[in-house]
Amino acid sequence: MPHYEPWSEARAREVINEFAHLEGPLMPMLHGIQETFGHVPEEVVPMLAETLNQSRAEIHGVITFYHDFRHEPAGRHVLKLCRAEACQAAGGDALAAHAEDRLGCKLGETTADGRVTVEPIYCLGLCATAPSAMLDGRIVARLTERRLEALITEAQS
Amino acid sequence: MTVRLFIPKDACAIACGADEVVAAIEAAARKTGTAIEIVRTGSRGMLWLEPLVEVETADGRIGYGPVTEDDVYGLVAAGLFQGGAHELRIGKPEEHPFMAKQTRLTFARCGIIDPASYTDYCRLGGYKGLERALQLGPAEIIEEVKKSGLRGRGGAGFPTAIKWKTVADAKDDRKYIVCNADEGDSGTFADRMIMEGDPFQLIEGMTIAGLAVGATKGFVYTRSEYPHAIAAMAKAIEVARQHGMLGVNIAGSQHSFDMEVRMGAGAYVCGEETALLDSLEGGRGTVRAKPPLPAHKGLFQKPTVINNVLSLVAVPHILADGAQKYADFGMGRSRGTMPVQIAGNVRYGGLFETAFGIPLGELINDIGGGTASGRPVKAAQVGGPLGAYVPTWDFDLPFDYEEFAKRDALIGHGGIVVFDDTADLAKMARFAMEFCSVESCGKCTPCRIGSTRGVELMDRIMRGERREANLAVLTDLCHTMKLGSLCALGGFTPYPVMSALKHFPEDFGAAPRTLEAAE
Repeated sequence: MPHYEPWSEARAREVINEFAHLEGPLMPMLHGIQETFGHVPEEVVPMLAETLNQSRAEIHGVITFYHDFRHEPAGRHVLKLCRAEACQAAGGDALAAHAEDRLGCKLGETTADGRVTVEPIYCLGLCATAPSAMLDGRIVARLTERRLEALITEAQS
Repeated sequence: MTVRLFIPKDACAIACGADEVVAAIEAAARKTGTAIEIVRTGSRGMLWLEPLVEVETADGRIGYGPVTEDDVYGLVAAGLFQGGAHELRIGKPEEHPFMAKQTRLTFARCGIIDPASYTDYCRLGGYKGLERALQLGPAEIIEEVKKSGLRGRGGAGFPTAIKWKTVADAKDDRKYIVCNADEGDSGTFADRMIMEGDPFQLIEGMTIAGLAVGATKGFVYTRSEYPHAIAAMAKAIEVARQHGMLGVNIAGSQHSFDMEVRMGAGAYVCGEETALLDSLEGGRGTVRAKPPLPAHKGLFQKPTVINNVLSLVAVPHILADGAQKYADFGMGRSRGTMPVQIAGNVRYGGLFETAFGIPLGELINDIGGGTASGRPVKAAQVGGPLGAYVPTWDFDLPFDYEEFAKRDALIGHGGIVVFDDTADLAKMARFAMEFCSVESCGKCTPCRIGSTRGVELMDRIMRGERREANLAVLTDLCHTMKLGSLCALGGFTPYPVMSALKHFPEDFGAAPRTLEAAE
């Protein structure tokens, strides 16, 4: 399970400064912030705007454009199921339905107890050994209902 | 004597349990008192055999696969460390029919070498291309690439040398080399495999591009879904710097070139080159109208070469072995080799590098072995989410840019996704529209609004609401999207939709095609 730090403006400043020397630093900064805090807190928007001499609206526009950036923390575990064509061809639809059924929430949602966020992902590049999934950054191919069940049990523990 | 084993750390192998197999083999070696060394390689590309364990013997490497951690005890007992007999033994991997039928140029080293080893890379011909490029100079490098007939492997098939010449002729204080490694198409994994299995080759290709056009800085833009590729690239860049192959005075010359890996954030449209540039600059991944071309005003408004991974990794071979040798492969205007990726519901899925011209059906039925489910093949989507669904009666199509275009299909990045007869092509057409609506950058109307209307239309058609009228509107909408969109996302989404409708009207509730109509 990933461990994230509680919000701290000083820590956010540190992360921002770490990437300030790069050409086109905003994306690396946002990834750095999310890796540190688990999401991109609203508080960093004015900090980034000031550092990069852009408007808050511009920074907000970038954050909201990308699927990866979270606006609030995810559940304790994140289970991503590949929903792209190759995984669909190999039985991915039934697995996604099974996961939704077992977790009691739809793809893109978090379970009521906050333990598991289940999300669609569009291609992990494991298309010859489909279907695939990712649990907290760990990739799993040749997914079957039995293997998915093991991942769900692990995520719920 | 120490036994050397080779086990991939390619993401696909890891996802199939390679790390667990490594741990089990290490434990078994300790137990039996055998001294072993495990080299983590890339993947050979026979992905149905992953994890593929290879052991070095006096007779060459012997492979076993697919190995699970539960197999390890039995394998070791059967004499794995000596290359002993076992039902998982496949013999020499390079003699396996799947490998023996290929023409491996860009993937020649992949699965054989330790991707982080500069010595391994140089021992198998690495940096020979750069050596010759340094002797030739910019104009002759471009001439060599031109003679090879190399065309962009990202999908558009644009001649690489023309791009390079435009950037070389542009006058500016800074120029950039950008590698498009934003491999978002389902069914494609060649970029990922080469970055994980032979990353120095991409570094060498980008360095040669830098020399050719006078750029000193390069970026590899890849996907957040590819953490293993990012780590492998970053490691190789660090090693290349240590060996003086990146930075100032590369390979002892007067030239400088350095590079960085950058990560996207889950936006499919960033695989479009101008959206990629905007993202790299730190903006929303919005498509730019052309002109100006990236070759004139690209990254930070500076002249920029932007090429796909597979185009750039072909360059060291062209320089090392000469343009003619590369051009001798292929057919028509499609020269050289294409790493074809066979995926989806297929028995022998993997990466098959071959000269252009091989028929699609041979790739799917003979090499891929048909479906994994054992059911009949219904269709294959070639070229990613924006590629057409090709029905079995078109499987005679040779793998060639122009031949595919003639039948309203495209090669794209060389990915083939196989579907069996349980696939509902109307559902896949709806998915194509839905994917476009989610991933649209929003800049142009046909893509942004057209795709949303497309999903609504598909829902009505699938519910059987005024089917004929709605199918006519869908066809009209696809026409508008195809001609009116700014980039390939909106412009090519009609390919999967219209090909599904044309070949499988019965899935849309219309009358099936008659045999005559299929001709």
